[in-house]
Amino acid sequence: MSWVLVLPIAVPFATAVVAYLARNYPAGRWISLAGSALSLVVSAILMVAVLNEGVIAAQMSNWNAPFGITLVADYLSAVMVVITAITGLATAIYALGEIPEETESLGFYALFQVLIAGVTGAFLTGDLFNLYVWFEVMLIASFSLLVIGGGKERLDAGIKYVALNLVSTLIFLSGIGLLYGVTGTLNMADLRQAVANAENQGLITVIAMMFMVGFGVKAAVFPLFFWLPASYHTPYFTISAVFAGLLTKVGVYAMMRMFTLVFVGDVGFTHEILIWVSLLTMFTGVIGAAAQSDFRKILSFHIISQIGYMTLGLALFTPLALMGGVFYLVHHIIVKANLFFVAGLAKQYAGSTDLNKIGGLYKSSPLLAALFIIPAFSLAGFPPLSGFWAKYLIVKAALEIDAWFIAFVSLLVGLLTIFSMTKIWGMAFWKPHPDGIDPTPDRAPARVTRAMMIPIIGLAAMTILIGFYPEPFVQFAQTAAQQLLDPTDYVTTVLGVQP
Amino acid sequence: MEALTAIVIGVLTAASVYLMLARNFMRFLFGMILLSNAVNLTIFASGRMTKGAPALVPYGEDGPLGVVGNALPQALVLTAIVIGFGLLAFTLALVFEGYRRMNSVDTDEMRFAEPKEDTTK
Repeated sequence: MSWVLVLPIAVPFATAVVAYLARNYPAGRWISLAGSALSLVVSAILMVAVLNEGVIAAQMSNWNAPFGITLVADYLSAVMVVITAITGLATAIYALGEIPEETESLGFYALFQVLIAGVTGAFLTGDLFNLYVWFEVMLIASFSLLVIGGGKERLDAGIKYVALNLVSTLIFLSGIGLLYGVTGTLNMADLRQAVANAENQGLITVIAMMFMVGFGVKAAVFPLFFWLPASYHTPYFTISAVFAGLLTKVGVYAMMRMFTLVFVGDVGFTHEILIWVSLLTMFTGVIGAAAQSDFRKILSFHIISQIGYMTLGLALFTPLALMGGVFYLVHHIIVKANLFFVAGLAKQYAGSTDLNKIGGLYKSSPLLAALFIIPAFSLAGFPPLSGFWAKYLIVKAALEIDAWFIAFVSLLVGLLTIFSMTKIWGMAFWKPHPDGIDPTPDRAPARVTRAMMIPIIGLAAMTILIGFYPEPFVQFAQTAAQQLLDPTDYVTTVLGVQP
Repeated sequence: MEALTAIVIGVLTAASVYLMLARNFMRFLFGMILLSNAVNLTIFASGRMTKGAPALVPYGEDGPLGVVGNALPQALVLTAIVIGFGLLAFTLALVFEGYRRMNSVDTDEMRFAEPKEDTTK
C-alpha cells in the first residue's frame, strides 16, 4: 500500500528533474503541465484509498514506527494533498501564459515542482523531524521562486522573506530538539502518548509555545506576519498565487496537526492564546488591507486576515469549530489563488496593479469582472458561495459556546472584507481608466489570455460548486474534524498496535 | 558536560540575538549562523551526553555491543547542518546580489518593495 502515499511526493520530484533537463526547450513547460496532471491523478488515488480505508500509513524502508520515517494520511492530509495538486495544476496552466522564456530556462518549472513536492511532503509526513525537512524543501524552492527574474523589488522582498522564515525555522527546529530531549521520540503518533506521560508538563507547554511561534511565522498570524505583505506583491503572479494558496496553509496545517495530536495537555492555556492571536490576526489583516491601494497588496493583507479564521477554528477546539477550520482551509486555497490569478490577468489587460492607475476593466472585459466577483464575494462570505459556508460554520461554532465577542469579530471582519473587495471592484473594474484609454484584452496575445483564463474559470467553478452543493464537503470536513479530535485511529495505524 | 553545553548555547543565542538586531543585514546573517549552531547544539545535548563508544554494529551482529552513544541526535544535527549550509549559501548569494543592485545592506534603506510614500497616502 505504501506507493499510494509515496507517489504524490515522488511524481513532482521526478517531474522537477525532467523539467530541469528540458528547461531550455518548449517541451519543459509541457512536461511540468503533464507532471502536475499526473500529480492530481495520484492524489485522487490517495483520496480514494483514504475514503475507503480511513487512516493509512506506510513505514519507509520497513523501519517500523516510531523508529523510521512514517508517511500517513488521514482525511485532513488527503484533502490537503488533493487541493495542493489542484492548485499545482491550475498554476502550471497559468504559468504557460505568464512566465517568459528566459525565466523558464533558469529552471522555473523545476523549482515550482520541488515546491509542490515539499508542500505535499509536509502534509503527508508523520515524523516531526521529517516535517522540518519538508519545510526546508519548500522554503528553499520558495526563496528561489520569489527572486527569480531579478529586480530591486524582488531582491528586497526576498531578503526580508528569507530572513524571517529562517528565524522561524530555527525556532521550530530547537522546539523539535527540546521535545526530543523530553520525550525521546519524534514520531508524531508516538509523541501523543509520550507527551501526555511526560513528567514536566510545564516544559511541554513551553515547547508547545515554541512550535506555535515557529508555525505562526509560516502561517503569518499576528504579530508575526510582517514578511508576508513585504514580499507577496513582488514576484510573478503565478508565484504569488501558489504562495498565497499553499504556503501559509502549510503553517496552519502543521499547527492544526500538532495542537490536536500532540499538544492537548493544557488546552486552556495554549488554545486560549491562540484565540486572541486569531482575533487580532483577523482584525489587523483586514485593517491593513483597507489602507492599501494596490491590487496584490490588498489581497496579501487579506491572506493574513483569513488565516485568523482558520486558526480560530483550531483555537475554539470544538468539533464544529475544527470542522469549520478544515472547510475554511480548503475553500480559502481555491479562492485566494484564484484572486491572484485574476490580478495577474487584470495587469495584462490594464497594465498595472496600482488601483490608482487602472480602471475600466468592467467595460472592456465583463467576463473577467464576473470571474473576479465570484472569488471576491466568496472571500467575504456571500451566500451561496463557498466562503459563506466556511464563515457560517466558524460563527456558529462560536455562538454554540456563547462566545459572542468572537462571533462579533468574525462577522465584523467579514464586513470589512467586503469593503476592500468593493474597493478593488470600484477602482479596477468600475471607474473609467485614469488615462482615458480602455484597457483592451487584445493587447495581450490570445495564447496568454487563454492560458490565464482556463485556471481562473476552473477555480471559480469549484467555488460555485462547493457553494451550491456543500453537503459532501461539509460531511468530509466533519469526519476530518472527528479524526483530529480523536486521533485513536491515527495513532494505532501509525504504530501498528491494535487496541 | 550538560551544564557547560547549556551555557555555551545560551551565550551563542545571546550573541546571535544581539547581532540579529542590527540594521546591517550582514550582521543579521552572522547572527543567523550563530543561532543555527546554537540550535544544533541544543539538539545534540537533547540526546543526553554520555560517554560511550560510537554506535557501530560489528560484522555479523544484530546490534551494537556494550554501551554506545546515542546516534540519533548526530544524524539529526548532520541533517540540520547540511540544510543550514545550503540555506546560508543561498542567503549569502542573495545578499550579494541585493548589494550589487541596491548598493546597500542596511535594511532601513531597502525600501524598494514597500516604498515609504505608500504609508503616507
